[in-house]
Amino acid sequence: MINVENINFYYGKFHALQNISMGMEANTITALIGPSGCGKSTFLRLFNRMNDLIPDTTLTGTVSIGGVDIYQKNVLVDDLRKRVGMVFQKPNPFPKSIFENVAYGMRVNGMNNKKIIAEKVEQALKHAALWDEVKDKLKKSAFAISGGQQQRLCIARALAVEPDILLMDEPASALDPISTSKIEELMFQLKEDYTIVIVTHNMQQAARVSDHTAYFYMGELIEYGETKKIFTNPDKKSTQNYVTGRFG
Amino acid sequence: MKKLRKLYERLTEGTLFLCGNITGIAILLIVLFLFREGIGFFGRNSVEEGYVLALNRKNPVNKLSSREIKDIFDAEITNWEEVDGLDREIVLFRLNDITNYVTEEELGEEFEHIPECIAKIIHDHPDMIAFFPKAYLTENFSEKVLQVERIGLLEFFGGDEWMPTATPSAQFGILSLIMGTLWVSFGAILIALPLGIGVAIYLAEVANKRFRNFLKPVIELLAGIPSVVYGFFGLVVLVPFVQKTFNLPIGETGLSGSIILAIMALPTIITIAEDAMRTTPLAMKEASLALGATRWQTVYKVVLPYSSSGIMAAAILGIGRAIGETMAVLMVTGNAAIIPHSLLEPLRTIPATIAAELGEAPKHSTHYQALFLLGVILFIITLIINISVEFVKRKRV
Repeated sequence: MINVENINFYYGKFHALQNISMGMEANTITALIGPSGCGKSTFLRLFNRMNDLIPDTTLTGTVSIGGVDIYQKNVLVDDLRKRVGMVFQKPNPFPKSIFENVAYGMRVNGMNNKKIIAEKVEQALKHAALWDEVKDKLKKSAFAISGGQQQRLCIARALAVEPDILLMDEPASALDPISTSKIEELMFQLKEDYTIVIVTHNMQQAARVSDHTAYFYMGELIEYGETKKIFTNPDKKSTQNYVTGRFG
Repeated sequence: MKKLRKLYERLTEGTLFLCGNITGIAILLIVLFLFREGIGFFGRNSVEEGYVLALNRKNPVNKLSSREIKDIFDAEITNWEEVDGLDREIVLFRLNDITNYVTEEELGEEFEHIPECIAKIIHDHPDMIAFFPKAYLTENFSEKVLQVERIGLLEFFGGDEWMPTATPSAQFGILSLIMGTLWVSFGAILIALPLGIGVAIYLAEVANKRFRNFLKPVIELLAGIPSVVYGFFGLVVLVPFVQKTFNLPIGETGLSGSIILAIMALPTIITIAEDAMRTTPLAMKEASLALGATRWQTVYKVVLPYSSSGIMAAAILGIGRAIGETMAVLMVTGNAAIIPHSLLEPLRTIPATIAAELGEAPKHSTHYQALFLLGVILFIITLIINISVEFVKRKRV
């Protein structure tokens, strides 16, 4: 599904990602772990070209999704981002109603049919396991619900665009344990329809939810493999030190 | 040592306290002065001090408004019937008409008989209205001294004639000045707002960092140019340009003033609107982009709504800048105190009137007080503007 070959990424002169190659299969959850500043968020943001927004950055190598190089000149960035949804570290709903937050993606893509929008909003909210909690207050401001609910709203918002891939940048780091477990449950369900890449600081979370795990350190991909293997019997000493909490 | 420091801190505190209070009191005093001078205007009458208007004793008219007096002496009203008198032709008399009625001998060698002559002339002409210095009123003047109605609110705000030095009766209608001010400001904001918001969007969302770092100080520099320089530029470049473009008899029009004001209001609008747009959280913009919105969709669906209160504040402050501006407008608008029917006509604003006329108005004269009242009106307008900015800003943050 996603294929990365010989990626090098620079912020100005800083070499943030060094010679990374890896592939991710459809309908799996891949966890990216590593200490702060190791480049895992930068790596994640390559897949929906979010790094394009940062001035003075350079990328070499190829990133392809579904066999297409997404950094080719004829790829439209906004079309790409419709296929690759993203959930951010902190819940970032728009200062609009709950309904309008979920409908936003459809509206910017030119959907005007009210009935279809209403149907899809409901579907997305159900998918994100939020429908029962907010169905009576869809017109209320998105800021009126709790942080955990806001994050699920952001997931629903991403799902409403019907992407193939869902990128999650530490989606539970700002949440309480109960909200976190709800989001983890949700990821299991979403796996059936989506390919998920998640960045996390939380080792247990990575072990619980992911099929594959990639360990990054100082901009390099140290080890990548099945989650079970990474957490129980890694090839590299550095990986073992990190996953056992001896460092990082 | 410790004591010394404590004393020093006390002193600093005291100084700061004093500074704050002195400033506050000074501002209050200025406002108070403005109001005291301005309010005195009402209750004055419009006939120049030291002069009187006199009628024949048999004339039933006792009181006239300043507008009626003006119309009579301009020969717009020619019959007493029009001002509730008898159906008779009005006869005007000014002091220099006196030789039409009496010979020079009768006036006396030193003109010492003028008062008696005037009294006699008025006595002989039942339909006469006479305007002459108070000094020539005889002590036992048996005819009627005309009363002039005091200037009321309606006459002041609703009158369309501003002729503060007209004789025998000055006209203090400020409608044309208010309209002039509104026209010019409205025109200015019509030009400056779309342009300013456009530039603000460009600076906040489109321009790269280097260009922005160049353009922003340049725009802020605009705010530092003295307004008389703008006026000079307007007079030399803009006025001929407007005249030629619209094929007008003169180029000093409301439009010239609007354009100059628009240029002067731009820095305010751009700076404030751009600052507001830049406070849009990056997370909000990223969320929009990540959903496949284009950059423009993100600008008008996320950035503009998020910064709408800041943009409103920018617009209102821009209007405030335009309404209070004096010098540049004075130089390019032609200063004709008439109600404008389009922006292509000369007009006159409140601040320009004050600046142009205060030097000529005798202290504490009616004219002088009328100008202060204009100042009060201007003060109230800008006060309303500033309060509404606070209101708009507080509404949503």
